[in-house]
Amino acid sequence: MKFNFDNERPIYIQLVEQLRIGILTSEFGIGEKIPSVRDLAMLAKVNPNTMQKALAELEEEKLIYTERTNGKFVTKDVKLINNIRDNLAKEKAYEFFSNMKKIGMDENKTIDYLRELIK
Amino acid sequence: MELLECIHLSKEFDNKKILNDINFKIPRGKIVGLLGKNGTGKSTLIKLINDLLTPTSGDVLINGKNPGVESKRIISYLPERTYLDKGMRVADVVKFFEEFYEDFDSDKAYELLAKLELDKDMKLTKMSKGMQEKVQLILVMSRKADLYILDEPLGGVDPATRDYILDTILSNFNEGASVIISTHLIADIERILDEVIFIDKGKIVLTGSADEIRKKEKTSIDEVFRRMFKC
Repeated sequence: MKFNFDNERPIYIQLVEQLRIGILTSEFGIGEKIPSVRDLAMLAKVNPNTMQKALAELEEEKLIYTERTNGKFVTKDVKLINNIRDNLAKEKAYEFFSNMKKIGMDENKTIDYLRELIK
Repeated sequence: MELLECIHLSKEFDNKKILNDINFKIPRGKIVGLLGKNGTGKSTLIKLINDLLTPTSGDVLINGKNPGVESKRIISYLPERTYLDKGMRVADVVKFFEEFYEDFDSDKAYELLAKLELDKDMKLTKMSKGMQEKVQLILVMSRKADLYILDEPLGGVDPATRDYILDTILSNFNEGASVIISTHLIADIERILDEVIFIDKGKIVLTGSADEIRKKEKTSIDEVFRRMFKC
């Protein structure tokens, strides 16, 4: 998994976003063990404390869970993962429609355009 | 007890206040950026912590005690300018560190040297400035210290080497130890900082969590710094 950051926004928030996508795309598969905080921090080249904070946030969302002695795992709850994917898709779609509106394409035009495009 | 605490710390040279009433605490397990323009007192502060200068007033406390023999055992310090004898080969310097510091891990030093493709039989004089800085950093990070103090570790090196240096810092600081990095090259290091201390004209002008500052100011630490100290 490759991480990319800009310095304009809190690093832990960017980590949460990218790790979340890692789970949605099965980079970290359902029920799989994820690397240790320190290893993940090295992978992302960030401070272990920042990684810890990001993982705590994902744990709050229940996307990952801690097994007391074994480390952290991706949730086995497929429904939850799908829900999160839906929310993210909705967000991206609204963003897309709003961008298209800015260049003078309303929703119907945009949908027609997309149909045409993927033919 | 805090790992490091400065209490009403001031330093004067010839009646000129270089540091004026500095107060801060650094707990264990943090990477802290000491950020300020050149000539604002960063190096003076670092020298006070390392017992190379004595305060005019106030206190530096390391594990609750003033700097001295004990603090030198637990602080690994990378000075701004090298104190190594450049006629030495890398292996000689490693040996020197091994004899000098109980907590020095030669195996680790050689492993890091190999990783950065630095020749242990090369004399320091034959090395570029960037290579010398890498060697020095490796020596400092190969100690199992409680506190690493790095004064301008990115000074004279190119951006690619900066990444190496950051990686080396990140992957080698002892768990539970803290790192203080003094620099004016903020953009390059801000990603790895937990906390920042902005220092200007001998005073602390801002401290806080790096991510909290980004959240509040909606921009990078580098940009906050530029806005604050616009010339």
